[in-house]
Amino acid sequence: MWDYTGKVMDHFRNPRNVGVIENPDGVGEVGSLACGDALKLMFKLGKDGRISDVKFQTFGCASAIASSSALSEMIKGMTLDEAAKVTNQDIADFLGGLPEQKMHCSVMGREALEAAIDNYRIGKTDKKILSGKVICNCFGVTEEEIERVVRENGLSTIEQVTNYTKAGGGCGKCKGDIGRIVDKAVQERLEAERKSGAHAVHRKMTVIEKIRLIEQTIDREIRPLLKRDGGDIELIDVEGNRVKVALRGMCAGCQVSSFTLKDVVGAKLKEFVSSDLTVEEVRE
Amino acid sequence: MKNVYLDNNATTAVAPEVIDAMAPYFADHWGNPSSMHSFGGHVKKAIDEARQKVAALIHADPSEIIFTSCGTESDNTAIRGGAEAVGSHLNIISTRVEHPAVLGPCRYLGERGHRLHEINVDSSGQLDLVQLGAALRDGPALTSVMWANNETGVIFPVPEISVMVKAAGGVFHTDAVQAVGKIPIDVRKVPVDMLSISGHKLHAPKGIGVLYVRKGTRLQPFMLGGHQEDNRRAGTENVPYIVGLGCAAELAQRHMAEEATMVSELRDRLETGLLATCPDSRVNGDRVNRLPNTANISFEYIEGESILYMMSDVGIAASSGSACTSGSLEPSHVLRAMGVPFTAVHGSVRFSLSRYTTADDVAYTIAQLPPIIARLRAISPFVKK
Repeated sequence: MWDYTGKVMDHFRNPRNVGVIENPDGVGEVGSLACGDALKLMFKLGKDGRISDVKFQTFGCASAIASSSALSEMIKGMTLDEAAKVTNQDIADFLGGLPEQKMHCSVMGREALEAAIDNYRIGKTDKKILSGKVICNCFGVTEEEIERVVRENGLSTIEQVTNYTKAGGGCGKCKGDIGRIVDKAVQERLEAERKSGAHAVHRKMTVIEKIRLIEQTIDREIRPLLKRDGGDIELIDVEGNRVKVALRGMCAGCQVSSFTLKDVVGAKLKEFVSSDLTVEEVRE
Repeated sequence: MKNVYLDNNATTAVAPEVIDAMAPYFADHWGNPSSMHSFGGHVKKAIDEARQKVAALIHADPSEIIFTSCGTESDNTAIRGGAEAVGSHLNIISTRVEHPAVLGPCRYLGERGHRLHEINVDSSGQLDLVQLGAALRDGPALTSVMWANNETGVIFPVPEISVMVKAAGGVFHTDAVQAVGKIPIDVRKVPVDMLSISGHKLHAPKGIGVLYVRKGTRLQPFMLGGHQEDNRRAGTENVPYIVGLGCAAELAQRHMAEEATMVSELRDRLETGLLATCPDSRVNGDRVNRLPNTANISFEYIEGESILYMMSDVGIAASSGSACTSGSLEPSHVLRAMGVPFTAVHGSVRFSLSRYTTADDVAYTIAQLPPIIARLRAISPFVKK
């Protein structure tokens, strides 16, 4: 069984706001029978411009039903501008968290809400239309959608993208494309951080700051690259400017591990932490 | 709350007699059967007896029984060890509806110089024997076809298939994990070369399996480094579990008639009851050639995980072929291979009974299911009003 929170089970067992609204102001429909989950969300606006009534219908697993129910509770009383700011992470947080593999249920909620708001504002069709380049043919997920989910949730691996959007979860042929989108987003994220001065790189750091930054760089920059080849890395120790790491998984004992160490691990650490660093592999 | 266990194709309750039979081999008789003293002598005898009991269940010679750690090990040994012993560039013939323990090693071989054929099934889940015949004419082959399907219970005509394979001159393995103990199997009459058994599917514990290997079959052992099991499977014998499986095999033989009568009648009652009380439901798979204990029913327009959680809330355990319960995003490969529409695959529930299932269990399930189905359908956007 999944490790669902009490709140997920409560909203699954007693879903709030199930049903339909006669003459709704906005309707959004996402998903399909083939995909294994679908959500139809509708709302009515009050005189004050706030959402006065919400109803939904869901086909899907326990967390899909719970996410829909949670969303319907969250947006009641909101203005459309407020509702438009609700993210999938907000839905997951409301439920006390969702299993990583079920995050796509929260994304489905956010997408249906968005479709419903669009339906009200610009009279767009209430069904989600695929716009832009379709990356995952199995589940009909576009480049635009993947980019957005990656950006909003700070994702850095293909596996995370699959958990959040289902893309890559079918035949798996699109994993290369997803990898490129993720890489690009991560690069942009770091670029932005650098510009905003988040990495005040070459000033004198405290030891704790340095270790934190090394860990962060390994998590964000290095591990995702190694994981794509089935490998992994662990930070063992930092002595002065000597960073000691252990390569795991496919990287351990790989014939090109010395290359990985120097050109991937070393280069990234020099780039993001300090040019004085050297990397050593610890073999146990 | 009532507890109704209808997931016996996943695993079965360990029979009380099996637990009693095993207990002394933890507490008192813990010797190594290979030892040259009385500690070992006693347990060696117990293993021999268990081997005879397992052999008797499928009418094999005790020397043809190899104890393994599980059904998956038996399948891997047969397929990888069988292919290695026969040669390179073989045709590896299997079906689209096999258990992952067979699909995995077959596809592994397919990626390493062998040619992989996965035979199709029709909408009732029955094998395309014409396609199988064509694949067999393609050259030297190792064929692995399951005796009965774990998801639908559909029984393949293994007697006929094994004759086809042997006539073509290939090696034949069958994954009989779901069939052994539920339907009579006689290897004297069916020319299979290798056959896999799993203990925990017939009321023995998890962690013990068997590979039947017909005398004269060439097999490269999978586990190396010991003389145990006549040099065919190295590793100190799992004595208590072997004894447990021996006891379970004896019980299965004794209760075989009940499977065909009592269990099958309860299954039919459950199936008829659910189809009558839940509209838009359908049975998946051949209802004639089917295990006596299995019913795979699709409740359209709703999703399996939700059904299972709501069933669990009222104490009923079953399983589903929906994507959400498989741990992946793809729904059951078995139902998809049969061409079952998505509307029905996601809402499929497998009920699998055992000789411990009671009429009360079935009546309770028939009473509890309709409101659950109705409740989920009331939430579903696909139900036509």
